[in-house]
Amino acid sequence: MTKLSAANLTVKVKDATLVEAASLSLVPGEFIALLGPNGAGKTSLIRAMLGLEHPTDGHATLDDEDTRTLNPIERARSIAYLPQTRPLAWPNTVRDIVSLGRFSHGAALGQLKPADADAVDRAIAACDITHLADRNADTLSGGELARMHCARAFAAEAPLLIADEPIAALDPRHQFRILDLIADYVKQGGGALVVLHDIQMAARYASRLVWMKDGHIVADGPPAETLTAERLKDIYGIRATIKDLKIEMAGPV
Amino acid sequence: MSVARWLTPGLAAASLLAIFAACLLGSTPLPADRVFAAFLGGADAGDRLVVWTIRFPRALAAFLVGAALGLSGAALQGLLRNPLAEPGVLGVSATASLAATFSLYYGLVAFSPWILPLSAITGALAATALLALAAIRTRSVVTLILIGVGLSSFAGALMSLLLNIAPNPFSLSDMISWMLGSVANRSFDEIILALPFLIAGSAILLATRRGLSALTLGEEAASGVGLNLRNQRIFTVLGAGLATGASVALAGAIGFVGIVAPHLVRPFVNHDPARSLIPSALLAGLILVIADIGVRIIPTTNELKLGVVAALLGAPVFVWIAMQRRAAYD
Repeated sequence: MTKLSAANLTVKVKDATLVEAASLSLVPGEFIALLGPNGAGKTSLIRAMLGLEHPTDGHATLDDEDTRTLNPIERARSIAYLPQTRPLAWPNTVRDIVSLGRFSHGAALGQLKPADADAVDRAIAACDITHLADRNADTLSGGELARMHCARAFAAEAPLLIADEPIAALDPRHQFRILDLIADYVKQGGGALVVLHDIQMAARYASRLVWMKDGHIVADGPPAETLTAERLKDIYGIRATIKDLKIEMAGPV
Repeated sequence: MSVARWLTPGLAAASLLAIFAACLLGSTPLPADRVFAAFLGGADAGDRLVVWTIRFPRALAAFLVGAALGLSGAALQGLLRNPLAEPGVLGVSATASLAATFSLYYGLVAFSPWILPLSAITGALAATALLALAAIRTRSVVTLILIGVGLSSFAGALMSLLLNIAPNPFSLSDMISWMLGSVANRSFDEIILALPFLIAGSAILLATRRGLSALTLGEEAASGVGLNLRNQRIFTVLGAGLATGASVALAGAIGFVGIVAPHLVRPFVNHDPARSLIPSALLAGLILVIADIGVRIIPTTNELKLGVVAALLGAPVFVWIAMQRRAAYD
């Protein structure tokens, strides 16, 4: 089973400590929501876990191999990554963008092998963008773009998925749709680590909540155990009451 | 898409036709049957001389220079994710031609004929590497173009300085040829000196083109799908530097063709940088062959420089593309 682990991971840039001694692991079947205020170190942690950022201390491993030394192709076959910003340089077709998810399998645009083309078709169908497949990406709405990027990630058919704020700037319906897609992916045997700002959504979908503050992981466990009024006050500086995982926010502390 | 399928074969056929036409046309037009005969080794000695030592090498040089610039332009645009990137605009051609002029000025070429292409390539590589570094530091497209403009002006200034301090007299018209770009009087000897570098650069760019498609997603997501970003940068810079340097060694600095060709090709290849490389190279080669025919048959007292014609046609297109770009891209 594919396992991505961070052990004692520390990331420092000049004098700033972005992540300190963070330990975390992700395996298929889990839906982990990574929570914390802006600047808590969530993005730095996942980038360091992916091997895209140099840890100052500690290490991240994929099945016991350090992700810094891992071949990018091998890593991409095991972990699909959906970064926070997804600027598209050219107005490619939706199908071509989704096909880039098969890059690590050697896919070249316009001449996909049958196995790659099938994976792309499955991802496009799963994300309900079949009717958009031949459109140029610059004609899509925000919600459609989000589904396209999800399809791109799913097309890799990797056992793990890391998504950085996949539902930011989406309307409520699309937030549900995207998280449903990720939940389906987990149900079918994938493992997802998703950065979220919507705590209610995180509690609803995730099997595990990982809470970060000032570069530290301060709590890690199922929503029922880790979602408390005390924690929201400590991490986000908000007053709230919680009943059956329902959050009632009262305002800032 | 039928247009897409016929794009590459169509452009290849058109290029061959244009090169053949370039052998027909000139101060004394030759009929097609005599050109054929000359190609096949028949015909009279005069025809063979005109075709084999004057017109054919010149047309071939125009094509190779255009192809190198079109390919480099398309690859740099893919790497920098910017339709305005091009060896001429970014100052790569100017730096290469400065380096080439330097080696001519100081008589370094006397040591070996290879010094000239090698200097041009060194200049091109230095400029491309500088730009790639700048591109990593700044995410702004505008800044990068400005750095290129600055580099271009600086190379131009150094060129003037060279003219002032050169130890041996170097004719002004030769220097102007390097700055403005021309394929007049090119022989197979010069083509053969440039060819290995041109082939090596093109091979590197074509072998690593798949990564340019991935870069469509942005650098972060491209790394995520398995692209080795550092290697991609190195190979594209190396390939574009070699190809551009070789083109400058052959013809001096010729601008804008590397922007115009990929821009025209892109809609037919679904805007995929990887698929745009070969058609861009063919189209840019075709454009320069035709432009050079124009240079030769337009009756002017002094023959126009090919680079001047390329800029006359290309610069307005550059401005037009720049105006088409939406602010969102910057």
